[in-house]
Amino acid sequence: MATTERSFVETVWDFFCSLKLTLFLLISLALTSIIGTVLPQGQLPPEYVAQISPTKLQIYTKLGFFDMYHSWWFISLLYIFSLNLISCSIKRLPHVFKFVSEPTLVLTESARNAYSLRREISVSGPTEKCRESLAAFLGAEFSSPVVTEHNGELHLFSQKSAWSRLGVYVVHLSILVIFVGAIIGSLSGYKGFVSIVEGTSINTVEGRNGNQIPLGFEVLCEKFSVDFYATGAPKEFRSILTVLENGKPVPGYSQVKVIVNHPLTYKGITFYQSSYGQASEGSEHYITVTPRSGGAPEKIAVHEGAAVTLSDGTMVKLLEATQEVRQFAPGFSGPAARIEVTRKGATPQTFIIFKDFPEMNAQRGDALIFGYDGTNARMYTGLQVAKDPGVWVVWLGCTLMVIGLYIAFFMSHKRIWLIISKGHARIYGNASKNQAAFEMQFDTIAEKFQQLKI
Amino acid sequence: MTSSMFFNVATIAYLISMIVFFAFLAGKNKSIGFAGSLIAYAGLAVHTLAIGLRWKESYDMGVGHAPMSNLYESIVFFAWTIVLLFAYIDLKYKYRIIGAFVIPFALLGMAWAQLGMNTGIEPLVPALQSNWLLYHVITCFLGYAAFAVACGISIMYLIKAALECNDSSAQAGGLMSMFPPLKVLDDLNYRAIMIGFPLLTLGIITGAAWANYAWGTYWSWDPKETWSLIVWFVYAAFLHARFTRGWVGKRAAWLSVIGFAATIFCYLGVNLFLSGLHSYGGGAK
Repeated sequence: MATTERSFVETVWDFFCSLKLTLFLLISLALTSIIGTVLPQGQLPPEYVAQISPTKLQIYTKLGFFDMYHSWWFISLLYIFSLNLISCSIKRLPHVFKFVSEPTLVLTESARNAYSLRREISVSGPTEKCRESLAAFLGAEFSSPVVTEHNGELHLFSQKSAWSRLGVYVVHLSILVIFVGAIIGSLSGYKGFVSIVEGTSINTVEGRNGNQIPLGFEVLCEKFSVDFYATGAPKEFRSILTVLENGKPVPGYSQVKVIVNHPLTYKGITFYQSSYGQASEGSEHYITVTPRSGGAPEKIAVHEGAAVTLSDGTMVKLLEATQEVRQFAPGFSGPAARIEVTRKGATPQTFIIFKDFPEMNAQRGDALIFGYDGTNARMYTGLQVAKDPGVWVVWLGCTLMVIGLYIAFFMSHKRIWLIISKGHARIYGNASKNQAAFEMQFDTIAEKFQQLKI
Repeated sequence: MTSSMFFNVATIAYLISMIVFFAFLAGKNKSIGFAGSLIAYAGLAVHTLAIGLRWKESYDMGVGHAPMSNLYESIVFFAWTIVLLFAYIDLKYKYRIIGAFVIPFALLGMAWAQLGMNTGIEPLVPALQSNWLLYHVITCFLGYAAFAVACGISIMYLIKAALECNDSSAQAGGLMSMFPPLKVLDDLNYRAIMIGFPLLTLGIITGAAWANYAWGTYWSWDPKETWSLIVWFVYAAFLHARFTRGWVGKRAAWLSVIGFAATIFCYLGVNLFLSGLHSYGGGAK
């Protein structure tokens, strides 16, 4: 009974240690990940729901395909992947440690034949003298050797970067560290969104599932503005934010400029410039009407979509207004409005009036000159909000991974043995990786070795 | 713009270099192979100059930024990194004939960029205004280029393996005598991936760092991110497969070709067929 139990445990252990499992997991993760790049994830767009058959929708939903990277089976794959990493490391690390801490000081006959890098010289001096000069030679050319006497032969062993054999395990550890960072982030952090109208402040943000998350302080949007390139492409979205504690600005967090790629962090919570818009509700737009013949200009205030009748009976309707007209009227910029003017007894005329191009407004040649003076509408800024205490653990993991990869791929454990026996001395070399590069180093040393006169 | 003219010169140089390499393959004349390499290097020099000039031109226009901001500029940079890596392998391992299978990738990229794309310099949209752009693009594309080289070498491996398998005696003296031995091709494939894998890892990490800095999420399973991870998984599988028996040689070569196909999908396919954060401006004319 005991033996079957033990063998079962061993079978499970061997399963989790196997490289075949690693390959299976890597390929499965690669293949299944494709699903989430083809199917929409999270909130499904209505157009998608409309075009997919109900049975398909049901099956996909059941399988978690619409949130596949958080589905039970994908997370399970990642857990098995972690177990595989840990088991492999537990199984192999002791061997590697032994290899590093108890190096092969004595090269057996069979090992000698296995190494292709070897040279021989004949020596005539007494063994003690040979030992001293050859140890000094190895120390100068490579690294100081450990000398062991075995079967009447002297084995001089020296090595370099033995610890580079640990590189692979550093990479494996780094993956686990990144996972830990991600778990910390998902347990004690959050992602949210908030929009703040200019001149107002907020103290909560909206979480991913619509819940309100209190910040514990207030964020005031002092001003929001957009700059454009001459081509009309956006150049900079800029929010001026102030952090308030108990209604008072926090020193150092007053009037902070937040633009894309330059977020604001306060008490571990970071605000990222993400979107913007005009808080148009209830705002007024101002238009000045000047008779071409001279006389007092008339100033009117109008809501978007509403109409105002002038003193001479002309009706002015504001169709729409924008803070940046460039995309609608190439060659122009700045605020503008599209209005519909109906003079008494005439058909309605529709045209655009500009704030920054008064001469264009005058060019229309009508008896009345219309000018746009702007609006009291305020902008709002849309900010992504994130709190992620695990992010530093993730960066630690990434750093470890880069270091580990460098060690694993570009460094190797190099060993040289020098065996002195009666009448001759032989030198052997071996590298854990990149044998070709080591061969050149070995050849240089071996050449000098063969020049030695002992 | 003068840079555009130099890009054309580089493209033509790669075309000639490729033809000369093909002639080398057929004629086995060592000096022809040397000429192929020289022309590729000349192309690389002109190409480097053109990238530098384009960089300067963007500053002259007042929208100064590194020339890596849209599909055109990225393809041009990709082609540059491929030739650069070819030069490295040529000088280090002396297997010049690899050029016949690697330079075509660079030529394809340059020809598509020069003939089929809008070459204008555009100002940077706010999301791209960051130094991370430079680190991210350089590491990613050096990685991609290493995978392109590995793919070219793997194709050579597969051709040679197939021909030697069919008819060993007749073919051995023919075209195949120019190819490095199978063992060397297998090793070079591994070496190229050994360069590419850490660079891809760095590319993914710099991308995550940038995403975290710009949006507050280092990983959001965006299609581009996910595909880069898929590529990472494929090459991780390749590296682990080498430690088990039976996964060197042909299987490794196929895995390398599949890996590069995934890389190309990650780079171009995601933008053409899927939506996401990496919509590099209007690429095609």
